[in-house]
Amino acid sequence: MTLPRKPQVRLQYSKLGKVRFTSHRDMARIWERSVRRAKLPIAYSEGFSPRAKLSFGLALPTVFESVAEYADLTFDEPVPAEGLPELLTPLLPVGVDVVAATELEGKVESLQECVMATEWSLFVDGDLAEVGAWARDLLAADSLEITRERKGKTRVDDVREALLDARVQPIATDAPVIGASTEIVVNLATKPRALRPLEFLGINAPPHTFVLGRRLHQFISPVGARRDPLDVGAAQATHDLSRAS
Amino acid sequence: MDSLWSTLEPLLTRVEKPARYIGCEDGAATPEYTDGAVSWLLAYPDTYEIGLPNQGLQILYEILNERPDAVAERTYAPWTDLEAEMRAIDLPLFSVDTHQPASSFDVIAFNLSSELVYTNVLNCLDLAHVPVRCEDRDHTHPLIGAGGHATFNPEPMADFLDWIGLGDGEEIVGDVTDVVAAWKASGSTDRVEVLRALAQVEGVYVPSLYDAVFEDERLVSIDPIFPDVPSVVEKRTVADLADWPYPKSQLVPLTEVVHDRLSVEVFRGCTRGCRFCQAGMITRPVRERPADQVRTMIQEGVRRTGYDEVALTSLSTADFSGITEVIKSTLDDESSGCGDVSVSLPSLRVDAFTVGIAAELQRGRRSGLTFAPEAGTWRMRQVINKLISEEDLYASVEGAFSQGWRRVKLYFMTGLPTETDEDTLGIAELGKRCVEIGRKYNKGASVTVSVGGFVPKPFTPFQWFGQNTIEELNRKIYLLRDEVKKIPGLQMKWHDPKATFVEGMSSRGDRRLGKVIEDVWRSGGTFQEWSEHFDVDRWTDAMTANGLDVEWFTYRHREENELFPWDHLNAGLHKDFLWHDWRDSLNEVGLEDCRWTPCYDCGACTGYGIEHVVASATPPAGGSQGTGQSPGRGQEVSVQLLARPVGAS
Ligand code: SF4
Repeated sequence: MTLPRKPQVRLQYSKLGKVRFTSHRDMARIWERSVRRAKLPIAYSEGFSPRAKLSFGLALPTVFESVAEYADLTFDEPVPAEGLPELLTPLLPVGVDVVAATELEGKVESLQECVMATEWSLFVDGDLAEVGAWARDLLAADSLEITRERKGKTRVDDVREALLDARVQPIATDAPVIGASTEIVVNLATKPRALRPLEFLGINAPPHTFVLGRRLHQFISPVGARRDPLDVGAAQATHDLSRAS
Repeated sequence: MDSLWSTLEPLLTRVEKPARYIGCEDGAATPEYTDGAVSWLLAYPDTYEIGLPNQGLQILYEILNERPDAVAERTYAPWTDLEAEMRAIDLPLFSVDTHQPASSFDVIAFNLSSELVYTNVLNCLDLAHVPVRCEDRDHTHPLIGAGGHATFNPEPMADFLDWIGLGDGEEIVGDVTDVVAAWKASGSTDRVEVLRALAQVEGVYVPSLYDAVFEDERLVSIDPIFPDVPSVVEKRTVADLADWPYPKSQLVPLTEVVHDRLSVEVFRGCTRGCRFCQAGMITRPVRERPADQVRTMIQEGVRRTGYDEVALTSLSTADFSGITEVIKSTLDDESSGCGDVSVSLPSLRVDAFTVGIAAELQRGRRSGLTFAPEAGTWRMRQVINKLISEEDLYASVEGAFSQGWRRVKLYFMTGLPTETDEDTLGIAELGKRCVEIGRKYNKGASVTVSVGGFVPKPFTPFQWFGQNTIEELNRKIYLLRDEVKKIPGLQMKWHDPKATFVEGMSSRGDRRLGKVIEDVWRSGGTFQEWSEHFDVDRWTDAMTANGLDVEWFTYRHREENELFPWDHLNAGLHKDFLWHDWRDSLNEVGLEDCRWTPCYDCGACTGYGIEHVVASATPPAGGSQGTGQSPGRGQEVSVQLLARPVGAS
């Protein structure tokens, strides 16, 4: 016998400003408290120390900003997606704004499973032309080897496949970033193993130093379709996504 | 004032746990700097994780921010990685609320919880670009203050602190604000003027206004240098906690801290009379918060913070008159709508009543339970007036194991007055019995004894006792360890006697230690509470360099009429009461809890015209220390009234 699926809602939120210094784990705790304060009928896991059923997909590295974070909330009873952004945003820290919500229907892949690629805006201190040349070389290369450490062992991985696209441009004058001169917009694959933005920035003697990074999008399959996780079939986002920027 | 945020921000991408430095907590105040308002920077001289939950600091933060004529922000000691980054670009210490430079505040007030944070205070001042010594500061520098338990002997810090608040801070901060506001308004540039005015505030001690005279090694007098400065500074005590329902908006940090939960203080003070316990002695009398107020603070706190755990804090929470009712109503309360709330009692008494409560509180996850018998034999427990009988202890342990706990942890001290090897080894004996009891219920039952070296503290009956040397503590610990090794299922942990030595040296030290603390700090000795940074050699070297004798400061038994460095301060307790209690201790005579028996005039109430505020005139079901009421099995309160659904989900 299988239990009936519990109702789920997927939310999109931002993480901007000082709050970018909190970790993924910190954010999970912040969300738990906020959901309790909102008195939402969140479901809990079984066992001796029940945890609220919230799942977040790919961890955003500490110190990165994002306009494209997602959370799946599982409830004991149906909760309409409409109104959740207005309800939750005031209960979250400054810089964390819930911008959209949609009810999940039927079998939906978890965020961990469905996100295939992420798009980042990386602000660096480095000469525009030099950074541009560096990025062109990366895209032209057949293989890009980086050394990674895992469980105390180092190994060399070829990450060329995970670098989907990169574009180098001056920073928009209406949104300056202190200490940065150049922006790199990059698309990175998350499967089979995610290439992380700081790993990307460190490839091949980079001519820049990292200042600030912001996740712009998370894309679900197929790669290249630029579908975001709220676009899960029939269900529609109840909010205008333009608020995210 | 200009925010340092934009200078700080780039550094934070390179340090561990940067969320410690951003503020943004729920409950944080938005300071409004108005003309003439006195600005306070409340500083905890250890990491954010340890400092943020500190309730004393949070209480004062709220009280000050509620005043129209004051603003308060907070700061914590930056970890060594950020400190290096800050020093490299000369970025000063900042507040976490709005990232103002620390030196721009009118007052910087430190919370001193232990002696091992002293060097961090100097480091924070230096990072703030404030001269560490009082004599090098002028009217442009903040007034540097301190409060907290370690300030009951502030003499080792006398060179660095302009003023010290003794006792409860709730009223002191208001009075200090008035004095500083008046001084600012006067336009005076004479720092001594404001210090003299501060010395008039009840509960405020200004060390630089006292002259300490030494002859040979001895302190012979410590007297005010102006006639208007009091010769004895009395501690401040709030008569009724009901008047101070703080914190009203407890800070909810964005990142993990040591106690990440709602805290509600249910009473202050303790008169169980444990002779080693400075906290109990200096916070007398017992002042309970009305049960209704406790309930309201829990309800509102849970609703506002979203926490699912509330800690009911005090020095011995099972003694609170309304404890079962408060727990019941908290567990049953559906009105918060925030789901299930669990309750924790950080300080447990050793008796069946407590086990009964704990059983109700920890349904399901009974991993470990902690008791503090403090000493291994009945004789030794009589000496320290922690009158737990063997039967009580074993009944509690049996209660714990029989109700499903698998691990029991027992706290002990070694190096106590009159302690013999038999007493020390009694810890192993006791642990062994507990393992045997546990094994009746669970083959994997384990017992851990945790042993700390005893530090005699000012304003306790043991203030005359010469602390055990490092060697002697090590000898006892190894003696015990060898015995414990023979007992399967019994583990042992212990504190480093070298750290115990430094605590002891500072705890009863005098002003001459200022140079030692400064030398240790200058040699790089910060974060001395952290074993990876603690280095005893820095301390012994500094003592030698300053011609001070470790033996004299730490290990020597004091004489009956010796002038103590804290004798010009009064924590409420008559010195002759403490002396008698010391003699009683040596005669193994116990002393009852004056909450439920007649007053024996220790001075804490009688001296200030206040009294206990206790809702129940009878001792709790678990029995009162020394009243001869031990909790028979029949009284093992099973507390069904606390029932709530198992596996709350
Ligand atoms: S003055 Fe009396 S009642 Fe008050 S704490 Fe001391 S002994 Fe107890």
